[in-house]
Amino acid sequence: MDPVLTVEDLSVRIAGLHILQGVSFTVAPTGVTVLLGRNGVGKTTTLRAIVGLTPRNGEASGSIRMAGGDLLGRPTHRLVRGGLGYVPEDRDVFAGLTVAENLRLAERRGSVPAYDKVFALFPELDRRGRQRAGSLSGGQQQMLAIGRVLLNDNRLLLVDEPTKGLAPKVVTEVAEVLERVAESVPVLLVEQNLAVVRRLARDAVVLAAGRVAWAGSATELLAEAELTRSLLGVGSGDHHGTPATAGPRKDES
Amino acid sequence: MSTVILLALTGLGLAALYFLVASGLSLVFGLADVLNFAHGLFLGVGAYATWWASGNLPGAGPDGFGFVLAVAFGVAAGVLVAVLVELVLIRPLYSRTIEQVLVTVGLSLAGVALLQATWGADARPFPRPGWTRQVTGILGANVPNAGLLLIVAAAVVLGALLAFLRWTRYGLVIRAGVENREMVTALGIDVRRAFTLVFAIGGAAAALAGALGGVYFGTVSPGQGGSLLIFAFIVVVIGGMGSVVGSAYAAVAVGLLQQFVNYYGPSGLGDVCVVALLAVVLLLRPQGFAGKVATA
Amino acid sequence: MTGSMVEAPPAHVPDELTPGRSRWPGLRPYLPLVALAVAAIVPYSTVNLPGIFEGPLNSPGTLQLLAVCLVFGGLAAGYDLLFGRTGMLSFGHALYFAAGVYGTDILVTRAGLPLWQAALLTITGGTVLAALLGAVALRTVGIAFAMVTLAFAQVGAILVARDFGGLTGGEEGLPLDVSGLPAALVGVTNTVNLYWLALAYLAVVVFVVHRVSGSPTGRVLAGLRDDERRIGVLGLDPYLFKLLAFTLAGGLAAAAGVVYCLIVGGASPHVTSSELTLSLLVMVVLGGPGTRWGPVLGGILYMYLDHRLTAFGSSETVDALPAVLSRPLSQPLFVLGTVFILAVYFFPGGLAGLRTRLAPLTRTLSRRPDRRS
Repeated sequence: MDPVLTVEDLSVRIAGLHILQGVSFTVAPTGVTVLLGRNGVGKTTTLRAIVGLTPRNGEASGSIRMAGGDLLGRPTHRLVRGGLGYVPEDRDVFAGLTVAENLRLAERRGSVPAYDKVFALFPELDRRGRQRAGSLSGGQQQMLAIGRVLLNDNRLLLVDEPTKGLAPKVVTEVAEVLERVAESVPVLLVEQNLAVVRRLARDAVVLAAGRVAWAGSATELLAEAELTRSLLGVGSGDHHGTPATAGPRKDES
Repeated sequence: MSTVILLALTGLGLAALYFLVASGLSLVFGLADVLNFAHGLFLGVGAYATWWASGNLPGAGPDGFGFVLAVAFGVAAGVLVAVLVELVLIRPLYSRTIEQVLVTVGLSLAGVALLQATWGADARPFPRPGWTRQVTGILGANVPNAGLLLIVAAAVVLGALLAFLRWTRYGLVIRAGVENREMVTALGIDVRRAFTLVFAIGGAAAALAGALGGVYFGTVSPGQGGSLLIFAFIVVVIGGMGSVVGSAYAAVAVGLLQQFVNYYGPSGLGDVCVVALLAVVLLLRPQGFAGKVATA
Repeated sequence: MTGSMVEAPPAHVPDELTPGRSRWPGLRPYLPLVALAVAAIVPYSTVNLPGIFEGPLNSPGTLQLLAVCLVFGGLAAGYDLLFGRTGMLSFGHALYFAAGVYGTDILVTRAGLPLWQAALLTITGGTVLAALLGAVALRTVGIAFAMVTLAFAQVGAILVARDFGGLTGGEEGLPLDVSGLPAALVGVTNTVNLYWLALAYLAVVVFVVHRVSGSPTGRVLAGLRDDERRIGVLGLDPYLFKLLAFTLAGGLAAAAGVVYCLIVGGASPHVTSSELTLSLLVMVVLGGPGTRWGPVLGGILYMYLDHRLTAFGSSETVDALPAVLSRPLSQPLFVLGTVFILAVYFFPGGLAGLRTRLAPLTRTLSRRPDRRS
């Protein structure tokens, strides 16, 4: 099967810093592909480059292809309308707007917003329509950030650290939702929580020193503790402290 | 007592003028990060276009419906200039904040010089309906009608702006964009169209301020926008960038403070107090009454 | 977002430190001294440059114009310490210049102090004022800082215009009482001494700015301009460094005010206007922010054009044009504002940037003789 997204030789410089130095990988047309690497290695920079949000004082070169067309250099709003859904790090919901307004903002002319689908996934969003998004809990904000992207049809979802800073129980909820979402649309996921990675990801791409250090099956990567430790600097229990929480759930389901 | 009422109402008239200038500045800055020094030019264009229309435009004049038509023409001219400035000069420099400020600085210098070249540096008498020269007795105070007209106009503009921001799709885009412009584009919205729109709104409000300010002062001169602009900037900072309601509160605070202190203290002390208020607000609450933190 | 493994960026080498391609490479460091010497002997020249100056070079009118240009060259170079070298957008620099002008005038004319005492007090006062107001204004950054400095300068304009205590002469301005001044600085025949004074001021500013920007402090300032967070990471307090730059620039501006007051023989309220700060910004951007000579050239050229365009606007050539053209052209600020806008779009490096932009051209031009030899 052809990949949904092909990144080739992607380099990004921001304010003179060479953050990505020739990154190449592909995203499979189904399931979750996870992007891993230590803090500051450029995972978020990669997602932002794909969706055209490289900052003004930076420049991106190389090629990013989706369905034959090159995405690099096209304005963000066009890319998003073309079927690229982006859930940013730290959620970035509009705190001063109500939940309903946050969702309404994502509506597009010429297409019917899939409110029934979103409310089926997140009944909470329907109930809290008139609440200000800024007063939602972190987990609810994450649901809103995912929900507003799902109002429209997407060909690929980019999701940046959806479980960051969330309570263990909420991490599990978010992972469940992403699992269901990934049944219908491919996802490129940045995630630090290895338990969540284990549960969701089929493919893994590991960045190190601005390049792709390893790519292949996620199960294979995680099975080898030594490999995981050398690439990610984790695995010896020094990570978020939450790996165990999402793990057992997998056995239950 | 009647002095206090008179001062309060004339202070509110001044506040209305500040609000009309500041609301547009605040939206433009809040959404597009453009510190618009050319905003005073929109005011000047509105004033001179109204002045020109009442003498030359068929149907327009200094009285009755003709006056309304002349003001409408002035506002339309302000909108036109503001939209042109955004499309031709600001847009190519999208997100290069300093260059955008520089261009508006150049524009404010060149634009005022152009007004001066065309109509001379001296103040010209402004055509105004007879009733605006009269006063209305309110609780024993004789309040100039021109001031009341300004207050009513500013209240209408405030209401219309809030309704627009609250109930329309573009209003929603603007409110969201003030909060996080990048995320608006990441939802598939071309936020630059909203930029043009806030310039148009700002241009309209400033041009209206120019026309009604002409009525209030009785004259029009090329530099009028400049001195108003500085106080409008202060109002924007105190009120919080990007917040229309904040601008309204701040305009009232500044207008009243200025009017009362200038009356009871030595002339000019009110202006100094306003700047002191700005310094205090910035030290205690850098983001103003409301709105986002005022960083570059 | 940036990890420790990312390489450090290459250190930025300022333009002026890279050796230029010159036919006499050994002479280059001495060019400023040559320029200074040439400028110093200008008053001995009776050359007439019709169209450029109204009288011969050594006529009092021309010398006064040149002196004003030199002062503004220095003022712009001092302002560039904030804008071009530290990245601070101050809209209130006119305040410290005006403090210099009015301080000198009031202390000499109203208080009857001898000039040297007045000048010393004024420069000290201007520096302290800049330190105090800077300490408050620098609590904010970016656009808010611009607005606060603008507002502070507005207070200065109000104080001068309202004429508190009858000190400033209000709208009329305050002519300088010359009776107590040294004889060498008074009278039309002594304009040449004012010219030399202005030249000395410019030389001092260029020297100070050059020394500061070459020092470790200057490198911190440049770091603040490029990325303030990086300086914070190094454990240095950006606030103190910015305050230092602001205070120094304020002191230099006050000194410019002293010289300017002597040259024009008094003070008028237009030196307090925000328009003056805006023109400083125009001078620096036109000349080339962050370069050694750009702001100086920008300041000199701007004042020269501002003065000469007024004459040009009322000349017969312009009068003969249709009113649509002649009227705007008779407004110096219209011409300068338009040139400025064009410069922001097409010459972002200003005059100083022209050299690098024209470099490919000069290289192709100079290659030919190389081949022949």
